[in-house]
Amino acid sequence: MVEPATATQAAAPVMPQLKDELDIVIPTIRNLDFLEMWRPFFQPYHLIIVQDGDPSKTIKVPPGFDYELYNRNDINKILGPKASCISFKDSACRCFGYMVSKKKYIFTIDDDCFVAKDPSGKAVNALEQHIKNLQCPSTPFFFNTLYDPFREGADFVRGYPFSLREGVPTAVSHGLWLNIPDYDAPTQLVKPLERNTRFVDAVLTIPKGTLFPMCGMNLAFDRDLIGPAMYFGLMGDGQPIGRYDDMWAGWCIKVICDHLGLGVKTGLPYIYHSKASNPFVNLRKEYKGIFWQEEIIPFFQQAVLPKDCTTVQKCYVELAKQVKEKLSKVDPYFDKLADAMVTWIKAWDELNPPTAGSVPNGKAA
Amino acid sequence: MSLSIKDDEIDIVIGALRPDLTSFMNEWRTIFSRFHLIIVKDPDLKEELKIPEGFNLDVYKKPDIDRVVGTSTSTIFSGYSCRYFGYLVSRKKYIISVDDDCYPAKDNKGILVDAVAQHITNLTTPATPFFFNTLYDPFTEGADFVRGYPFSLRSGVQCALSCGLWLNLADYDAPTQALKPEERNSRYVDAVLTVPARTLMPISGINIAFNREVIGPALLPSLRLGGEGKFRWETMEDIWSGMCVKVVCDHLGLGVKTGMPYVWRNDRGDAIASLRKEWEGVKLMEEVVPFFQSVRLSREATTTEDCVAEVANVVKEQLESKDPMFARAAKAMVDWVKLWKSVGSSTSSPGA
Repeated sequence: MVEPATATQAAAPVMPQLKDELDIVIPTIRNLDFLEMWRPFFQPYHLIIVQDGDPSKTIKVPPGFDYELYNRNDINKILGPKASCISFKDSACRCFGYMVSKKKYIFTIDDDCFVAKDPSGKAVNALEQHIKNLQCPSTPFFFNTLYDPFREGADFVRGYPFSLREGVPTAVSHGLWLNIPDYDAPTQLVKPLERNTRFVDAVLTIPKGTLFPMCGMNLAFDRDLIGPAMYFGLMGDGQPIGRYDDMWAGWCIKVICDHLGLGVKTGLPYIYHSKASNPFVNLRKEYKGIFWQEEIIPFFQQAVLPKDCTTVQKCYVELAKQVKEKLSKVDPYFDKLADAMVTWIKAWDELNPPTAGSVPNGKAA
Repeated sequence: MSLSIKDDEIDIVIGALRPDLTSFMNEWRTIFSRFHLIIVKDPDLKEELKIPEGFNLDVYKKPDIDRVVGTSTSTIFSGYSCRYFGYLVSRKKYIISVDDDCYPAKDNKGILVDAVAQHITNLTTPATPFFFNTLYDPFTEGADFVRGYPFSLRSGVQCALSCGLWLNLADYDAPTQALKPEERNSRYVDAVLTVPARTLMPISGINIAFNREVIGPALLPSLRLGGEGKFRWETMEDIWSGMCVKVVCDHLGLGVKTGMPYVWRNDRGDAIASLRKEWEGVKLMEEVVPFFQSVRLSREATTTEDCVAEVANVVKEQLESKDPMFARAAKAMVDWVKLWKSVGSSTSSPGA
């Protein structure tokens, strides 16, 4: 049986790293009570709250946090007609937070995620670990059997070429969850009592050419390196699918990271996922995705981006084009999604105009 | 231990590079004693082997090796490569092999790790090389495939190779260990994961297991460094062999797992003294890795032997001119396939 850390167990770090360079993006439709648990770790940071659902409802933010909050009215006002690309009644709306942020790093977390404990009983500072992951290189070109070679007490193993030991910049840090695992509805129905109690003490780079199911519950990324590709798609109200927002973003970012020579890490940190969503509700949301992913995954596995796609935006627009060409036949939804992807990039560029002398993100591998 | 695997389907192959195996065998007794062991003495080792009583084993020494493969060929089994002779003469389905300077490890709860049982579990549950599962091995107790994992990929493929890890003395190369002489691996990572298709890695021979019927001929004594010595960081033979195995597995649709089980690797040797010998291996990897990453086998290569023969050809064509060591390695691979066909028992039907 795993348990979360209590608020008193979580001790604030002496020096909160990157507090002026990182925003914490939290989508919510209910309340932000969970922030009390995270206070020692989160309080130094700026929060971007994206309020989903009824904009007339007031979401109370616990006192002492520095935040900006956007509801649907704000999103519509800021983006105008382009607001159509931001989902409604789905946590996918969180990507609006990525777009309006002005910071280099984003950490996003769900409002039912608490502080986990490591096997020694110590509270896990998830934010600190994500920052470590993002600031250390990734090693996507050759697998290191001792996992992250940059961690304390580890290194590259015998046979690892020295020319590959510098690694590449890390764009994404994908954390995991103890207690309620991130299963799809069919698995939840079959195993309603299964809990993830295994604390795997590893961070590893997902190799180049390998796709993975990215979960948005406990995720951090370098906005400068990969931000424009972190679009969480069209989900929720008025859409035929839900619970595939983070999956979609994960497949897109991986293809683009592989193309641009950027790294994606997975593993630590763990958070404690407290709430099991209703599997029948989930099944209704995701059942189309279960069929569609059989086509979507080969699409992403075979996607090739041309050499002249040297920025994330160019890569993403090209990917949108390929989605329209190849996935529209699966369902007209993908046609709409491809358009929304382009709208998203336009909105991103409007809200994030390049500053004078800025360097284009990424480069083709 | 999987109930469907009989103990007599397993051979434990130990290459003896040191004569006194008493403490090694005694430390492993509770885990090894129910299995048949093949002990192969390094033909270069002069002293007599000391092996404690109470094991079901066959011991092969230089005269035995000479008799089976001929005196000119027996040189390929020198040093760490002596264990390949054990693979050659085994008739069992599964082989588990650990270095003779490794003891059983303890897990995070202080319980002794049954490395044999874990390797067998790894080999008898499917591998999932086509899509990464973020909760690692989905077939382990308390885990499963995560949301977003395509259902069509959930039955997985047969696992042909299980690569274990090491606590205490990690398998570093000499420069790394020399730079950090006090560093020991104390991190027990409670995971097994499938190495994704087309992803290569340095496969260490220190703690390894495989399905001999499916992939046997692909684990081979081939690349021998000019200054190859009797410490792991003076060799690259397993790394080279491992690259071949992974390429073959990827081609045949077989899986390779890495992670648990851990063994405890005893302190041995002086990294700084080995540095002089090891440089050539370190330099070679700069050629070896891009080479294997580029190898594509033909559709006609449907058996492991065919695959190995093709890899040997490509090695000859593309690497021979870069270093005579590669030319010798290519020839050794071709010879090995012939040897396997004549001495080894043939593999069963090609990989899934």
